[in-house]
Amino acid sequence: MINYIYQLVNPQFISVKYEDTNIDGKVLVRPKYMSICQADQRYYLGNRDLKTLSKKLPMALIHECCGEVLQDKSGTFKQGDRVVLIPNVPGPECEGIYENYRNGSKFLSSGYDGFMCEFVAMHPRQLVAVPDIPYQTATMCELFSVALHAVKRLDLAAHKHRDTIGIWGDGSMAFMIACAVKAKMPKSRIVVVGRNARKLSRFSFVSETYLTYTVPAGLCIDHAFECAGGEGCYDAIRDIIAHIKPQGTIGLLGVSENYVSIDTRNILEKGLTLVGSSRSGRAEFLEAAQLMKTQRIRRRLGTIIHEDEPVKSIEDIHRVFATDLNTPFKTVFEWRL
Amino acid sequence: MIYGAILAGGSGTRMHITSMPKQFLPLDKKPIIIHTLEKMLTCSRFDAVYLGIHPSWMAHMADLLEKYELEDERVRLAPGGENRNDTIFNIIDEIEKDFGKIEDDDIIVTHDAVRPFVTLRVLEDNINAAINFGACDTVVPATDTIVKSHDGVDVSEIPDRKIMYQGQTPQSFNIKLLKEHYAKLKPSEKAILTDACKICVMRGTPVKLVDGEISNMKITTVTDYKIAQVLVGGEKESD
Repeated sequence: MINYIYQLVNPQFISVKYEDTNIDGKVLVRPKYMSICQADQRYYLGNRDLKTLSKKLPMALIHECCGEVLQDKSGTFKQGDRVVLIPNVPGPECEGIYENYRNGSKFLSSGYDGFMCEFVAMHPRQLVAVPDIPYQTATMCELFSVALHAVKRLDLAAHKHRDTIGIWGDGSMAFMIACAVKAKMPKSRIVVVGRNARKLSRFSFVSETYLTYTVPAGLCIDHAFECAGGEGCYDAIRDIIAHIKPQGTIGLLGVSENYVSIDTRNILEKGLTLVGSSRSGRAEFLEAAQLMKTQRIRRRLGTIIHEDEPVKSIEDIHRVFATDLNTPFKTVFEWRL
Repeated sequence: MIYGAILAGGSGTRMHITSMPKQFLPLDKKPIIIHTLEKMLTCSRFDAVYLGIHPSWMAHMADLLEKYELEDERVRLAPGGENRNDTIFNIIDEIEKDFGKIEDDDIIVTHDAVRPFVTLRVLEDNINAAINFGACDTVVPATDTIVKSHDGVDVSEIPDRKIMYQGQTPQSFNIKLLKEHYAKLKPSEKAILTDACKICVMRGTPVKLVDGEISNMKITTVTDYKIAQVLVGGEKESD
């Protein structure tokens, strides 16, 4: 069947690729709602180095998506089922290695077409049913799963004390990490440090929030997550190292295009552990979908959504990416192409 | 009920490639009509999709359905007629045989077999427009200037391009409305019908416009066929 794939050919230039998509043994899904990730925006604007862009483009963007099952001959899903799409395609099994880090794993919308398509043919394993979650909120499942994966990895690496967890950053990733910590470590005191008072005000469920220049000198944290990314990585890691207690663990999630120098002297002196974390796998998608059944968590995740007008043309794709530059957190839209 | 109707009664004489009707020619790895049918079947709102096939090619079509595992209970065959409208009314006859009397809100979405690039969005917009307004036509704004000539020698008129559109398919209708209008047409009026929307227009019923896609092309000529092959990245077919 002929599929329309809306590919980013060059920064801010989208063209349709027509492809006879093979649907044998796959579940056919119609994307319904999508959410823009910072990684999509970086590709769209061309804020990646030219070598990477020339290697990865043309490519359809978007990996945060939920849709409706059109047909499934495997019998796993029924027509009309609401599903979240998992963008990680695991490589060969390797004991002890998570599917999102394995050699041979693929990530749709990073070197492979993402979900900006008329329909998507997915392996049943790459879909998670979310029958009771509104489409708009269901698009948050991917980012929430990334946060749950990061919390799990820190939890496994860290010593047993969980009294205070620090989160540096005030964007969508920081928000998701705060939600995940709140759900998985409910007794911990959560402290969020950011640069934007308006954005910090959305973290109403955490114990304390500080602007970077108002952090009390005596603040001590057991473990921390760095979610600043970009130019903010350096300052965030430096401040975390300053405030973290000995043998604490730092989860690194912020993406930076630059090499970031870090204070290794204090890392050694304090005996710190740094854990890099990115993406997620099916286990975390299932956990995210399960947690999102709780109305309070679902509503919390929904507070950072800005729903833009539906996308019905290529011009509308450009419009939602422009909108996203001016929204503080997540831009979500209905996909009608 | 909502019915799809794929019109494939043609003989393909304009292609000059082969004696096989154009809807059966391969596009990438499958016949054109299979691509079209697959897309119609993915639209879950269709209760049944009829294929109006030239009687000489019915057996071939049945073989294709088997080969491509499309013997879905929603897929039905109907004999093609002398022209486009005959095929549509043959399909409506088959609907009445299979599902009984046509109800007031029954809809038919008619589509050319040789337009395999139709999208789910266009199909859904057609269904919605037919439900809400009774009749609709899929169009794209005309990009070339349309020139009118009565004698085929001199230009008679050049209409304003801003109000010109190119008609595509699907064309979708409330079945009762379409039948009633067609029954009232005189034989002379029926003789000049080139498409089904004209039945409504001639009887003064508004036909709503649905946005088509430039890519929803009709594969009619050798050039169209070559363009379609290039679009899907398939092998080039020489004539």
